Amino acid sequence: MAKIRGAVVVNEERCKGCSLCVVACPTHTLALQPKEVNDRGYHYAYMADAPSCIGCASCALVCPDACIEVYKVRVD
Amino acid sequence: MDVNDIIKPENKVYGKPVLMNDNNMHYCPGCSHGVVHKLVAELLDEMGVAEKAVGIAPVGCAVFAYNYLDIDWVEAAHGRAPALATAISRLYPENLVFTYQGDGDLAAIGTCETIHAANRGENITIIFINNAIYGMTGGQMAPTTLIGMKTATTPYGRRVDLNGYPLAITDLLARLDGTCYVTRQSVHTPAAVRKAKAAIKKAFQNSLDKKGTSIVEIVSTCNSGWKMSPAAANDWMAEHMFEKYPLGDLKNV
Repeated sequence: MAKIRGAVVVNEERCKGCSLCVVACPTHTLALQPKEVNDRGYHYAYMADAPSCIGCASCALVCPDACIEVYKVRVD
Repeated sequence: MDVNDIIKPENKVYGKPVLMNDNNMHYCPGCSHGVVHKLVAELLDEMGVAEKAVGIAPVGCAVFAYNYLDIDWVEAAHGRAPALATAISRLYPENLVFTYQGDGDLAAIGTCETIHAANRGENITIIFINNAIYGMTGGQMAPTTLIGMKTATTPYGRRVDLNGYPLAITDLLARLDGTCYVTRQSVHTPAAVRKAKAAIKKAFQNSLDKKGTSIVEIVSTCNSGWKMSPAAANDWMAEHMFEKYPLGDLKNV
């Protein structure tokens, strides 16, 4: 059965750590960095559980700062 | 399969719109303004009208909208965006003219301009961000503030006997003959964002087709003004704001 795999790239310097993407993610892939901060002091989002991403782009749709790029590939 | 095998240009399905530039937005983390800016940038690019789009920036948090989207902008005096949009759409009828206003701008100081522009049926799109508060100046009560809602100027909650009732101005505008499309949307979930995008697209298309005034109200959050986290503000909005400001099309001619 074909499987969909996805991945996101977060623009770490643009991210403001609002966590709306974390809430919107249906597969609980995303999380905020627990310790690391960007230049402006925000705990930016990252893929905490990368293999579970399905590339649905829910995170990118709700991101107010347009800092998420979504990639999706079909694995046969 | 490794993540680096997935992250390739040919697999990209979503990214920052090309019309949105690299300036960091001044909005607070989690502000709905950013999502609506993104939708406007995506739509103007997808509809191929970026070259003839003219945005009217308001006074309020979105006053610096011209810093973030690479299209033509004009900055209006407080509340006067529909008056300026009237002038531009009449002088340059081939252009797509839209205003981007908050509730303090559109529903308080600009009520006169808004209602008369909509009543004249000017071929403009009004994008109305309703967060029930004056966000930029520090969270004072706006006409749209809900009854009992705490703000900087109503610290014990808005009282009907003192402050009157919340103003659902979009409902008023839907009654006018000049408007062709009046809708109320939100951007708190991925599904709502898709619906809001479709609504703004329809409004832009109406303006291009010269059908009259289109108004898209986006019920949104002001997590700083409401003193909540962005996620909690979205939940609060879904619980309380949609009761007074129910989502959906109010008029579609």
